[in-house]
Amino acid sequence: MTNEILIAGFGGQGVLFAGKILAYCGLMDNKELSWLPSYGPEMRGGTCNCSVCISDEPVGSPLVLTPDILIAMNQPSFDKFVGTVKAGGTVFVDSTLVDCACDRTDIKIFGIPSSQLADENELKGGSNIILLGKIIKETGIFTLDTMKKAIEKVVPPSKAALIANNFRAIELGMNS
Amino acid sequence: MAVVFERPKALCDVPLHYCPGCTHGIVHRLVAEVIDEMGIEGETVGVCPVGCSVFAYDYFNCDMIEAPHGRAPAVATGVKRSNPDKFVFTYQGDGDLAAIGTAETVHVGARGENIVVIFINNTIYGMTGGQMAPTTLIGQVTQTTPFGRDSQLAGNPIRVCEMMATLSGTALAQRVAVDTVPHIRETKKAIRKAFENQKEKRGLSIVEVLSTCPTNWGLSPIDAIKRLQDEMIPYYPLGVYKDITAEGGNK
Amino acid sequence: MERNLMKGNEALAEAAIRAGCKCFFGYPITPQTELAAYMAKRMNKAGGVFLQAESEIAAVNMVLGAASTGVRAMTSSSSPGISLKSEGISYLAGSDVPAVIINVERGGPGLGGIQPSQQDYWQATKGLGHGDFHLIVYAPASVQEMVDMVVTAFNKADEYRVPAMILADGLLGQMMEPVAFPEISAEQPDKSSWAANGHKNSREHHIVNSLYIDPKTLEDKIIERYERYAKIKENEADAELYLTDDADIVVCAFGATSRVVKSAINDARAMGIKVGMCRPKTVWPFPEKQIREACANASKVLCVEMSMGQMIDDVKLALNCEKPVEFFGRTGGVIPTPAEVLDKIKSMGGNK
Repeated sequence: MTNEILIAGFGGQGVLFAGKILAYCGLMDNKELSWLPSYGPEMRGGTCNCSVCISDEPVGSPLVLTPDILIAMNQPSFDKFVGTVKAGGTVFVDSTLVDCACDRTDIKIFGIPSSQLADENELKGGSNIILLGKIIKETGIFTLDTMKKAIEKVVPPSKAALIANNFRAIELGMNS
Repeated sequence: MAVVFERPKALCDVPLHYCPGCTHGIVHRLVAEVIDEMGIEGETVGVCPVGCSVFAYDYFNCDMIEAPHGRAPAVATGVKRSNPDKFVFTYQGDGDLAAIGTAETVHVGARGENIVVIFINNTIYGMTGGQMAPTTLIGQVTQTTPFGRDSQLAGNPIRVCEMMATLSGTALAQRVAVDTVPHIRETKKAIRKAFENQKEKRGLSIVEVLSTCPTNWGLSPIDAIKRLQDEMIPYYPLGVYKDITAEGGNK
Repeated sequence: MERNLMKGNEALAEAAIRAGCKCFFGYPITPQTELAAYMAKRMNKAGGVFLQAESEIAAVNMVLGAASTGVRAMTSSSSPGISLKSEGISYLAGSDVPAVIINVERGGPGLGGIQPSQQDYWQATKGLGHGDFHLIVYAPASVQEMVDMVVTAFNKADEYRVPAMILADGLLGQMMEPVAFPEISAEQPDKSSWAANGHKNSREHHIVNSLYIDPKTLEDKIIERYERYAKIKENEADAELYLTDDADIVVCAFGATSRVVKSAINDARAMGIKVGMCRPKTVWPFPEKQIREACANASKVLCVEMSMGQMIDDVKLALNCEKPVEFFGRTGGVIPTPAEVLDKIKSMGGNK
């Protein structure tokens, strides 16, 4: 069983960080996994994406071209990648920023106003984590417990105060 | 019978390959005398350039490393950083140090790399047969400036000590010459000071030695010394350009 | 062993430190910069030296200086920077100084691009500088293998007194995977017979040098070095064979490309196509024997690379051109997809 996940958005939205949390979830669950960022001049403000593979087998190509799960945090990313999602796949969209109308009927699309939720709950920059909460609720790919452990591992000790906020963001996503 | 003069221990007992009248031999001897007097031969690693003095590894009795052209300061950096308790010196000519190796030279100054650079300036590429060096004087005829160095075509000679003195990591930048006995004594003092600076971890010390190349200049050894005095010293004034140990000693 | 999640570039750095690398000299270039950044953070604390040089050229010459004194030293770069280092690498080889050089390849020629590529295969295996010489060149295909190969590279470089290279690419350098660090023996070979680190008045002076003006002396030096190369060829060539026993088509691929190929092979096998893979883990020495064994029962061979086709020459030579060798590649930083490779495999027929 392999889950190929593609996270895409603007640089600065926490695309790579969200991918990192998913990768660490895989590590916590003793899965095989890979995390591959797009790199280069688009690091700041341009479009940015991140491939994460979570698998029971060693990961072959780490580049996700046909995702099982797509997280789209801006319109260009949604427009560019929604067509690549595997039939039966799932798409999670920040509906505050993205119009997620789409012709495809063979995939499930969840629009969550994650930017708005983040603002309302004083979780600045937490839109990405809110989306992760929604993902674990809808796909069951990881448990809440696993994701909490992953966050504790990813957040550097110097920013440990942010862990509680991230937990709150996940729960917001799960309940959205 | 009292011994009044002998080969320094830090020099190997081998014939040098240098041309008659070449001043490399004098400078080799001075460096070796300083190493002997400080008793540091066993703790010294020398780095040779590419150029006439490439075979210096066969002449100095301390451990020696042969660097690619111009890279001696980088090689010396690697040696010194991994062996901070050793004495490290480079011995480089003008093409090596001031043309192909300019970046390496400038940056050991900028970093204040705690090494000694012995810089032989004879205004010409010797080993390859007498081509224009970065220090070749205006009007000087070489194989590649057959009508004399024209600054419009070939730029101007670089004054290395003046340049290195501007770098904050340079502890000593001094220009000396080996044309007369007093100057040779002065040269040895400068080399000693450079090694003492290294001992005291003061940063980069560069000693520029105005030297001769009778063969490629097409002059007799005596006329070559005269050219050094009449043509080189006016463009390359002798003196201390930077000395962080001297109060108001900077020129 | 505890698994950590690390970027390939960082894992290379950590593995080098654990392998006893005492000096790292680097220069920024995408996509290997994290390696230098990691070294900057860790090396001094680990009791070693990190220095950002003024150029790639200076960096490799600092390695030459440090390694000439007998300490383990490393530099890393990406393709254009490796070209600059080639002078110093030739001197390392000519002076019999062991060191490790990392190439996290990107697209070329010239400034090229910054996306992953394998266009430096020829450079790494045939012509990394002037003169008759080789490096041992390791081609990892995972972050774990990057770790393991750095350790091996230091050990083998010391053992044979040759420089060794890790030939990775931007994909491996940038990706994170779980990685475990094996216990590494702190023991290092004795270099006191040649290292130029001060003779302490207790031995003859050592000269680390690559200049031999007398042709016969130089020839003898080179012949002695080639005797070591022969031992390296005999002992160090390595490859992974994947499903080759019954394979009618054998795909040869190394590094990141081999992962794409593996995905394609799994898909092809699911369709009943008998295809396998031979993945060189060392590209110099080239695992000729392993390739011949892998292809013994195959009727066709395919070489897949992120280049216009470089390793394919070595594959043909290994097989003495006795089997048809086809090629599929993407270049300039484009990563081939499993679907493209699968299409190529299908187009070659292959007995089901």
